[in-house]
Amino acid sequence: MPSALINVPTKAKRGDIIEIKTLMSHIMETGFRHTATGEVIPRDIITSFACRYNGEEVFRVDLFPAIAANPFITFFTTATASGKFEFEWIGDNGFSETASASISVE
Amino acid sequence: MQQANSTRRQFLGLAGGAAVLGAVPIVTVRPAEATPAELASAIRNVTGGAVVKTGKVKLDVPPLVENGNTVPMTVSVANPMAPEDHVKSIHVFNEKNPQPNIGNFHLGPHSGRAQVSTRIRLADSQKIVAIAKLSDGSYWSATVEVIVTLAACTEEVI
Repeated sequence: MPSALINVPTKAKRGDIIEIKTLMSHIMETGFRHTATGEVIPRDIITSFACRYNGEEVFRVDLFPAIAANPFITFFTTATASGKFEFEWIGDNGFSETASASISVE
Repeated sequence: MQQANSTRRQFLGLAGGAAVLGAVPIVTVRPAEATPAELASAIRNVTGGAVVKTGKVKLDVPPLVENGNTVPMTVSVANPMAPEDHVKSIHVFNEKNPQPNIGNFHLGPHSGRAQVSTRIRLADSQKIVAIAKLSDGSYWSATVEVIVTLAACTEEVI
Protein backbone atom coordinates (compact mmCIF):
# COMPACT_ATOMS: atom_id res chain seq x y z
CA MET A 1 0.00 0.00 0.00
CA PRO A 2 1.35 3.43 -0.85
CA SER A 3 2.04 5.52 2.17
CA ALA A 4 3.53 8.92 2.64
CA LEU A 5 5.70 10.30 5.39
CA ILE A 6 5.61 14.06 5.77
CA ASN A 7 7.65 16.23 8.09
CA VAL A 8 6.45 19.83 8.37
CA PRO A 9 6.97 22.00 11.45
CA THR A 10 3.65 22.46 13.26
CA LYS A 11 4.51 26.03 14.30
CA ALA A 12 6.57 28.78 12.73
CA LYS A 13 7.06 32.52 12.94
CA ARG A 14 5.92 34.57 9.97
CA GLY A 15 8.74 34.85 7.47
CA ASP A 16 10.64 31.82 8.78
CA ILE A 17 12.22 29.58 6.20
CA ILE A 18 11.06 26.07 7.01
CA GLU A 19 12.29 22.73 5.74
CA ILE A 20 9.79 20.18 4.48
CA LYS A 21 10.70 16.50 4.15
CA THR A 22 8.60 14.02 2.23
CA LEU A 23 8.84 10.33 1.51
CA MET A 24 6.47 8.27 -0.60
CA SER A 25 6.76 4.50 -0.68
CA HIS A 26 7.05 3.36 -4.29
CA ILE A 27 9.24 0.81 -6.09
CA MET A 28 10.33 3.25 -8.83
CA GLU A 29 10.88 0.42 -11.33
CA THR A 30 13.20 1.93 -13.91
CA GLY A 31 12.06 0.09 -17.04
CA PHE A 32 15.70 -0.74 -17.78
CA ARG A 33 15.88 -3.98 -15.83
CA HIS A 34 15.41 -7.49 -17.24
CA THR A 35 14.23 -10.75 -15.78
CA ALA A 36 16.46 -13.81 -16.03
CA THR A 37 14.64 -14.74 -19.26
CA GLY A 38 15.46 -11.41 -20.83
CA GLU A 39 12.07 -9.72 -20.65
CA VAL A 40 12.07 -6.03 -19.86
CA ILE A 41 10.30 -5.15 -16.64
CA PRO A 42 7.97 -2.29 -17.57
CA ARG A 43 8.63 1.13 -16.14
CA ASP A 44 6.62 2.06 -13.06
CA ILE A 45 7.77 5.31 -11.50
CA ILE A 46 6.41 8.46 -9.94
CA THR A 47 6.79 11.15 -12.58
CA SER A 48 5.68 14.24 -10.71
CA PHE A 49 5.58 15.61 -7.19
CA ALA A 50 4.01 18.91 -6.22
CA CYS A 51 3.48 20.83 -3.00
CA ARG A 52 0.77 23.46 -2.57
CA TYR A 53 0.65 25.89 0.33
CA ASN A 54 -2.86 27.23 0.92
CA GLY A 55 -3.73 26.37 -2.67
CA GLU A 56 -0.67 27.95 -4.28
CA GLU A 57 2.01 25.74 -5.78
CA VAL A 58 5.32 26.36 -4.02
CA PHE A 59 7.41 23.43 -5.21
CA ARG A 60 7.34 20.88 -8.01
CA VAL A 61 9.63 18.08 -9.16
CA ASP A 62 9.78 16.07 -12.38
CA LEU A 63 11.10 12.64 -11.45
CA PHE A 64 13.02 10.25 -13.69
CA PRO A 65 14.02 6.58 -13.27
CA ALA A 66 17.30 7.79 -11.75
CA ILE A 67 15.45 8.75 -8.55
CA ALA A 68 15.86 5.97 -5.98
CA ALA A 69 12.99 3.80 -4.77
CA ASN A 70 10.72 5.39 -2.15
CA PRO A 71 11.40 8.94 -3.34
CA PHE A 72 12.63 11.12 -0.50
CA ILE A 73 12.51 14.81 -1.29
CA THR A 74 13.29 17.73 0.96
CA PHE A 75 12.94 21.41 0.16
CA PHE A 76 12.39 24.79 1.79
CA THR A 77 9.61 27.32 1.79
CA THR A 78 8.74 30.54 3.60
CA ALA A 79 6.04 30.39 6.27
CA THR A 80 3.61 33.16 5.31
CA ALA A 81 0.28 32.22 6.88
CA SER A 82 -1.38 29.50 8.92
CA GLY A 83 -2.93 26.86 6.79
CA LYS A 84 -2.38 23.65 4.99
CA PHE A 85 0.32 22.06 2.85
CA GLU A 86 -0.99 19.64 0.27
CA PHE A 87 1.30 17.13 -1.40
CA GLU A 88 0.57 15.19 -4.54
CA TRP A 89 2.47 12.37 -6.24
CA ILE A 90 1.52 11.27 -9.76
CA GLY A 91 3.04 8.35 -11.61
CA ASP A 92 2.79 5.55 -14.13
CA ASN A 93 -0.16 3.14 -14.21
CA GLY A 94 -2.52 5.74 -12.77
CA PHE A 95 -0.57 6.19 -9.55
CA SER A 96 -1.91 9.16 -7.64
CA GLU A 97 -1.50 9.85 -3.94
CA THR A 98 -2.06 12.89 -1.79
CA ALA A 99 -1.14 13.92 1.72
CA SER A 100 -1.49 17.08 3.74
CA ALA A 101 -0.08 18.78 6.82
CA SER A 102 -1.14 21.84 8.81
CA ILE A 103 1.00 24.66 10.07
CA SER A 104 0.21 27.51 12.45
CA VAL A 105 2.10 30.71 11.75
CA GLU A 106 2.33 33.46 14.37
CA MET B 1 32.88 -14.88 -11.56
CA GLN B 2 29.34 -14.66 -10.29
CA GLN B 3 28.46 -12.38 -13.16
CA ALA B 4 29.97 -14.76 -15.71
CA ASN B 5 28.02 -17.68 -14.28
CA SER B 6 24.70 -15.92 -14.33
CA THR B 7 25.24 -14.76 -17.90
CA ARG B 8 26.04 -18.29 -18.96
CA ARG B 9 22.99 -19.61 -17.16
CA GLN B 10 20.87 -17.00 -18.82
CA PHE B 11 22.26 -17.89 -22.21
CA LEU B 12 21.65 -21.58 -21.70
CA GLY B 13 18.13 -20.85 -20.47
CA LEU B 14 17.40 -18.80 -23.55
CA ALA B 15 18.93 -21.36 -25.90
CA GLY B 16 17.05 -24.20 -24.22
CA GLY B 17 13.77 -22.30 -24.34
CA ALA B 18 14.29 -21.54 -28.00
CA ALA B 19 15.07 -25.16 -28.79
CA VAL B 20 11.86 -26.27 -27.10
CA LEU B 21 9.78 -23.69 -28.92
CA GLY B 22 11.68 -24.08 -32.14
CA ALA B 23 11.91 -20.34 -32.35
CA VAL B 24 14.82 -17.99 -32.74
CA PRO B 25 15.46 -16.31 -29.42
CA ILE B 26 15.11 -12.59 -29.50
CA VAL B 27 18.04 -11.36 -27.50
CA THR B 28 17.17 -8.05 -25.97
CA VAL B 29 20.06 -5.69 -25.85
CA ARG B 30 20.31 -3.51 -22.80
CA PRO B 31 19.70 0.10 -23.63
CA ALA B 32 23.01 1.71 -24.31
CA GLU B 33 24.16 3.99 -21.53
CA ALA B 34 23.61 7.67 -21.99
CA THR B 35 26.61 9.12 -23.75
CA PRO B 36 28.27 12.47 -23.12
CA ALA B 37 26.49 13.58 -26.32
CA GLU B 38 23.11 12.68 -24.81
CA LEU B 39 24.10 14.51 -21.65
CA ALA B 40 24.93 17.56 -23.73
CA SER B 41 21.65 17.36 -25.61
CA ALA B 42 19.63 16.94 -22.39
CA ILE B 43 21.35 20.02 -21.01
CA ARG B 44 20.65 21.89 -24.24
CA ASN B 45 16.94 20.99 -23.92
CA VAL B 46 16.89 22.82 -20.60
CA THR B 47 19.11 25.77 -21.39
CA GLY B 48 18.12 26.28 -25.02
CA GLY B 49 21.78 26.64 -25.90
CA ALA B 50 22.45 29.46 -23.43
CA VAL B 51 25.87 29.76 -21.86
CA VAL B 52 26.17 27.78 -18.64
CA LYS B 53 28.63 29.33 -16.21
CA THR B 54 30.42 27.38 -13.51
CA GLY B 55 29.77 28.50 -9.95
CA LYS B 56 27.04 29.40 -7.45
CA VAL B 57 25.76 25.82 -7.43
CA LYS B 58 26.91 23.34 -4.80
CA LEU B 59 26.31 19.66 -5.55
CA ASP B 60 26.75 17.41 -2.54
CA VAL B 61 27.16 13.73 -3.40
CA PRO B 62 29.48 11.29 -1.63
CA PRO B 63 32.59 10.92 -3.84
CA LEU B 64 32.76 7.17 -3.20
CA VAL B 65 29.45 5.30 -3.31
CA GLU B 66 29.14 1.70 -2.20
CA ASN B 67 25.58 1.13 -3.40
CA GLY B 68 24.39 2.97 -6.49
CA ASN B 69 20.75 2.13 -5.76
CA THR B 70 20.37 4.92 -3.28
CA VAL B 71 22.79 7.81 -3.21
CA PRO B 72 21.96 10.87 -1.11
CA MET B 73 22.25 14.10 -3.06
CA THR B 74 21.83 17.72 -2.05
CA VAL B 75 21.92 20.66 -4.42
CA SER B 76 22.09 24.19 -3.11
CA VAL B 77 22.50 27.46 -4.95
CA ALA B 78 24.21 30.47 -3.40
CA ASN B 79 21.74 33.04 -4.64
CA PRO B 80 19.14 35.21 -2.87
CA MET B 81 15.51 34.16 -3.19
CA ALA B 82 13.98 37.60 -3.69
CA PRO B 83 11.15 38.25 -6.16
CA GLU B 84 13.50 40.21 -8.44
CA ASP B 85 16.40 37.75 -8.21
CA HIS B 86 15.79 34.09 -7.46
CA VAL B 87 16.46 30.54 -8.59
CA LYS B 88 13.70 29.31 -10.87
CA SER B 89 14.73 25.70 -11.22
CA ILE B 90 17.45 23.16 -10.55
CA HIS B 91 18.13 20.39 -13.06
CA VAL B 92 20.32 17.38 -12.33
CA PHE B 93 21.88 15.21 -15.02
CA ASN B 94 24.16 12.20 -15.21
CA GLU B 95 26.52 10.88 -17.80
CA LYS B 96 26.17 7.10 -17.79
CA ASN B 97 22.74 6.01 -16.54
CA PRO B 98 20.42 4.73 -19.31
CA GLN B 99 18.79 8.18 -19.30
CA PRO B 100 20.63 11.47 -18.84
CA ASN B 101 17.99 13.11 -16.63
CA ILE B 102 17.79 12.67 -12.88
CA GLY B 103 15.30 15.31 -11.78
CA ASN B 104 13.96 18.81 -12.38
CA PHE B 105 13.14 20.86 -9.28
CA HIS B 106 10.99 23.95 -9.73
CA LEU B 107 11.36 26.66 -7.10
CA GLY B 108 10.27 30.25 -6.66
CA PRO B 109 10.97 33.35 -4.55
CA HIS B 110 8.76 31.90 -1.79
CA SER B 111 11.17 28.97 -1.40
CA GLY B 112 13.36 31.10 0.84
CA ARG B 113 16.38 28.90 0.29
CA ALA B 114 17.47 27.29 -2.96
CA GLN B 115 18.26 23.86 -1.62
CA VAL B 116 16.80 20.46 -2.41
CA SER B 117 17.75 16.93 -1.37
CA THR B 118 16.78 13.53 -2.65
CA ARG B 119 18.20 10.07 -3.21
CA ILE B 120 19.31 8.99 -6.65
CA ARG B 121 20.47 5.93 -8.57
CA LEU B 122 23.80 5.65 -10.32
CA ALA B 123 24.49 2.87 -12.83
CA ASP B 124 28.22 3.46 -13.00
CA SER B 125 31.08 5.63 -11.83
CA GLN B 126 30.37 8.87 -13.59
CA LYS B 127 29.95 12.60 -13.71
CA ILE B 128 26.89 14.33 -12.26
CA VAL B 129 25.92 17.81 -13.37
CA ALA B 130 23.56 20.19 -11.57
CA ILE B 131 22.34 23.29 -13.39
CA ALA B 132 20.44 26.16 -11.83
CA LYS B 133 18.28 28.53 -13.83
CA LEU B 134 18.03 32.02 -12.35
CA SER B 135 15.22 34.51 -12.83
CA ASP B 136 17.50 36.74 -14.93
CA GLY B 137 17.85 33.92 -17.45
CA SER B 138 21.41 32.92 -16.60
CA TYR B 139 22.49 29.33 -15.95
CA TRP B 140 25.01 28.13 -13.40
CA SER B 141 26.37 24.67 -12.93
CA ALA B 142 28.43 22.35 -10.76
CA THR B 143 29.95 19.01 -11.72
CA VAL B 144 30.97 16.17 -9.45
CA GLU B 145 32.73 12.89 -10.25
CA VAL B 146 31.38 9.90 -8.34
CA ILE B 147 32.87 6.43 -8.02
CA VAL B 148 30.27 3.66 -7.68
CA THR B 149 31.20 0.15 -6.56
CA LEU B 150 27.75 -1.49 -6.85
CA ALA B 151 25.76 -0.25 -9.81
CA ALA B 152 22.02 0.36 -9.97
CA CYS B 153 19.26 0.45 -12.56
CA THR B 154 20.22 -2.27 -14.99
CA GLU B 155 20.94 -5.28 -12.82
CA GLU B 156 18.87 -8.40 -13.44
CA VAL B 157 16.07 -9.57 -11.23
CA ILE B 158 16.59 -13.16 -10.15
